[in-house]
Amino acid sequence: MNDLIGKIHSVETFGTVDGPGIRYVIFMQGCPLKCKYCHNRDTWEIGTGLEVTSENLVKQILKYKTYIQTSGGGVTASGGEALLQAKFLTNLFKELQQKGIHTALDTAGSLPINDDIKELLKYTDLILLDIKHINNEKCIELTGSSNTNELNFAKYLSENNIPMWIRQVIVPGITDDKKDLEKLKEFISTLKSVEKVELLPYHNLGKFKWTNLGFEYPLENTPQATEEDIQKAKEILEI
Amino acid sequence: MDFEEWKDFVDGDWKSEINVRDFIQKNYTPYEGNSKFLAEATENTKKLWDEVLELYKKERENGGVLEISNDIASTISSHDAGYIDKNLEKIVGLQTEKPLKRAIMPSGGIRIVEQSCEAYGKKVSDKIEDIYHNYRRTHNDGVFTAYTPEIRAARTSHIITGLPDGYGRGRIIGDYRRIALYGIDRLIEDKKAQFANAILHDVTEYIIQEREEIHDQIEALEELKVMAEKYGFDISKPAKDAVEAVQWLYFGYLGAVKQQNGAAMSIGRTSTFLDIYFERDLKQGKLTEAEAQEIMDHFVMKLRMVRFLRTPKYDELFSGDPVWVTESIGGMGLDGRTLVTKNSFRVLHTLETLGPAPEPNLTVLWSTNLPKGFKDFCTGLSIKTSSIQYENDDLMRGYWGDDYGIACCVSAMRIGKQMQFFGARCNLAKSLLYAINGGRDEITGKQVAPKFEAITSDYLDYDEVMEKFDNIMEWVSKIYINALNIIHYMHDKYCYESLEMALHDKDIFRTMACGIAGLSVVADSLSAIKYAKVKVIRDESGLAVDYKVEGDFPKYGNDDDRVDSIAVDIVKKFMNKLRKQKTYRLSKPTMSILTITSNVVYGKHTGSTPDGRKAGEPFGPGANPLHGRDTHGALAVLNTISKLPYKHAEDGISYTFAIVPSALGKSDKDRVNNLTSLLDGYFAKMSHHINVNVFDRSLLLDAMDHPEKYPQLTIRVSGYAVNFIKLTREQQLDVINRTIHEKF
Repeated sequence: MNDLIGKIHSVETFGTVDGPGIRYVIFMQGCPLKCKYCHNRDTWEIGTGLEVTSENLVKQILKYKTYIQTSGGGVTASGGEALLQAKFLTNLFKELQQKGIHTALDTAGSLPINDDIKELLKYTDLILLDIKHINNEKCIELTGSSNTNELNFAKYLSENNIPMWIRQVIVPGITDDKKDLEKLKEFISTLKSVEKVELLPYHNLGKFKWTNLGFEYPLENTPQATEEDIQKAKEILEI
Repeated sequence: MDFEEWKDFVDGDWKSEINVRDFIQKNYTPYEGNSKFLAEATENTKKLWDEVLELYKKERENGGVLEISNDIASTISSHDAGYIDKNLEKIVGLQTEKPLKRAIMPSGGIRIVEQSCEAYGKKVSDKIEDIYHNYRRTHNDGVFTAYTPEIRAARTSHIITGLPDGYGRGRIIGDYRRIALYGIDRLIEDKKAQFANAILHDVTEYIIQEREEIHDQIEALEELKVMAEKYGFDISKPAKDAVEAVQWLYFGYLGAVKQQNGAAMSIGRTSTFLDIYFERDLKQGKLTEAEAQEIMDHFVMKLRMVRFLRTPKYDELFSGDPVWVTESIGGMGLDGRTLVTKNSFRVLHTLETLGPAPEPNLTVLWSTNLPKGFKDFCTGLSIKTSSIQYENDDLMRGYWGDDYGIACCVSAMRIGKQMQFFGARCNLAKSLLYAINGGRDEITGKQVAPKFEAITSDYLDYDEVMEKFDNIMEWVSKIYINALNIIHYMHDKYCYESLEMALHDKDIFRTMACGIAGLSVVADSLSAIKYAKVKVIRDESGLAVDYKVEGDFPKYGNDDDRVDSIAVDIVKKFMNKLRKQKTYRLSKPTMSILTITSNVVYGKHTGSTPDGRKAGEPFGPGANPLHGRDTHGALAVLNTISKLPYKHAEDGISYTFAIVPSALGKSDKDRVNNLTSLLDGYFAKMSHHINVNVFDRSLLLDAMDHPEKYPQLTIRVSGYAVNFIKLTREQQLDVINRTIHEKF
């Protein structure tokens, strides 16, 4: 694959929830996980998507520089799983950093760390690390994969002092068990470079994407997380 | 000349001539702090506002109109004094002797008044009918005596539409501040001097018209004194303190809305002017902050209660009972000092002391150089109330100086020095269809434009369409201006705004404010023709009635130059056609890209378009992309809008933005920061206007079903704010379906 060409699902020019300030968010195409609550079901397939060159993307992003800089924002590569296209993103982030634009990676750390990923992290200012589930069995049940890679990823970030925000989606009955959250808290306390812990309330607004693609929505009967659910989890995590 | 009332004010030219700007510049105190100094509503205010809310409720329950004064043709001094609750009111004055009772103004058109009364189960008194049917011609009658068959046909087929021939033109801002600063007598003296000088060697038609108008202006000023006397005030002298300054200024405005049922009756740029009086009183210990806020609250309450009687047809165009009491706030001075004062905060703070409301139409003149405290205060209020619109002071200051105000939604004019002949808009999307159909209307099949060869190929060819479109624009711009010339000639003749114009200089700059609707539809249609394949579907008479788009094409609203450049090109082209026309009173043609809520009704009267939009579907409002066509997020849309050239659309470019709170950021602080940055970034690109709405779709859906729960729910629609529950159901759905930026 050409390192200068990325496969993207879509972009959001006014991203305000994936990192600090106003962010240009690139949703990368392709994901190894199969999260039941995924709100971007249409980004799973690997190898499809819109082809873009990093040069072109940088050109597009620079059109929003005023917004990005006055707000203390930047660019976030999300997905899908952004790590799948580490080489492409390395090129992109390198270029962006040169132009003085803050770079963030929104990932589940779901690949084993390799040299490409290590290279990418050199040009990444912030990692938004989505811990899918601290309990390995439950993680397999929820995402179809074990959590080994993501926990290793977190440790690697910590060891190399790379700033991260830990994110946990609160899905009632699935990720909000008290014991699990306590275990998560314990794990986070072992990490050095955590700047923030964010809880994302589960919602079902992505359901229509499953339906449109002809899939059954796996969490049909799961309620959306309420403000109370979030508060409860916050208390357990002491954040 | 000097007055006792001017004590402690800094001297300047303003003393020897009518020059409010000079007075402001010499005397105002810029404020760079935050909102912490503000006071809450007083008990008096709360009590009075509750009484008003009760009246609102009765008005709603009564079908939207509480009462009609059907036997008096309203003039400045026609009605007795009226009060809400005399003992509580700091600022007094109502349009009729009772709150929310609507006056009739038949000089605009007797049939319109009759229809309006009938719509609410009333009848105009016999005496009034007799006068206006048998002795006195009206503006509306005048226009229709002179319209040509071609104009009538263009009007009936909705290619030019919403014209102020059946309602008052409005969009004139009297400099009401002059009354507070100078008192009426000084203003009359000035007008008398103008009258004496308005004699040239040749008394031409132009001079005759001018002399008659100045004569009427003087009469209006005299009559305003009579009106104020009914409330026990002598306004012949300048105001001596803050409460009088607000009262005098408001009396001027009240006289205007008693004389004119104009489509937009804006108040100007008053809060910083008034701040000078507040500061003087505060300094001298005559006033506390709570009392200052109380005066502003009571003033704003009055502005919220202005009512006009209008026909159901008018409501279809401009829904929700709008008055457009536009107040322009903030901005920067030419000398680099900010024009933000404490009173700029106070007038915005009424959204909290009295709760959100569509009127007055609070318009913040944004500059990237505004004090941070003020910016964040405004965006915080936007997030809470959706009641503010923003316009680019850094852009407009270069055109209009630092003492302009906004009339209606987006029309900037130098206060007291400039007016416009309001011209509604031309339906450009329909014009494009006429180009394809050889001048025939796509709905009725009638030949409306002069006959020329229709396009007969199965697939549309870009160059062929463009050539014919150019010809149609040539034709429509001509009859459009002809119609406006007739309308404004007759408005001056039969329904002249003598009081508003009395508060202007003698020699004023006039614009002929044209407009276009359907810009995004035209841009997308041309883009589809150019970048995809558009197949024409014709009926048995050969009329193109529908289109099939094969393939994808760049869509307006995604920051894609391929299509955005088409939109820019169309704006320039049409403006250049307008520039070629001869206009009434040598007014300068200008253009707006603004529809207000009329995008719904224009869409209804327009057939299917080559972009895939189906017949009858609404256009995007103002300069907005068509619903759902923007797929790259809010900033991509803003970048598209910012490409539209203000120099070819000097009457304003309106963009309506709606977003759910959670898509603005996670914490309140983030939301304020992000919205402030959004505005800074947008206006740094020399964009002109943005309406900011922050709400959840579910809230609006609930309000549709339970209006009684949301009496004050305000939203912003293409240049104005409106009470959501007062919109027609069709318009409510349009607002809900319009792109609300959501993210998950």
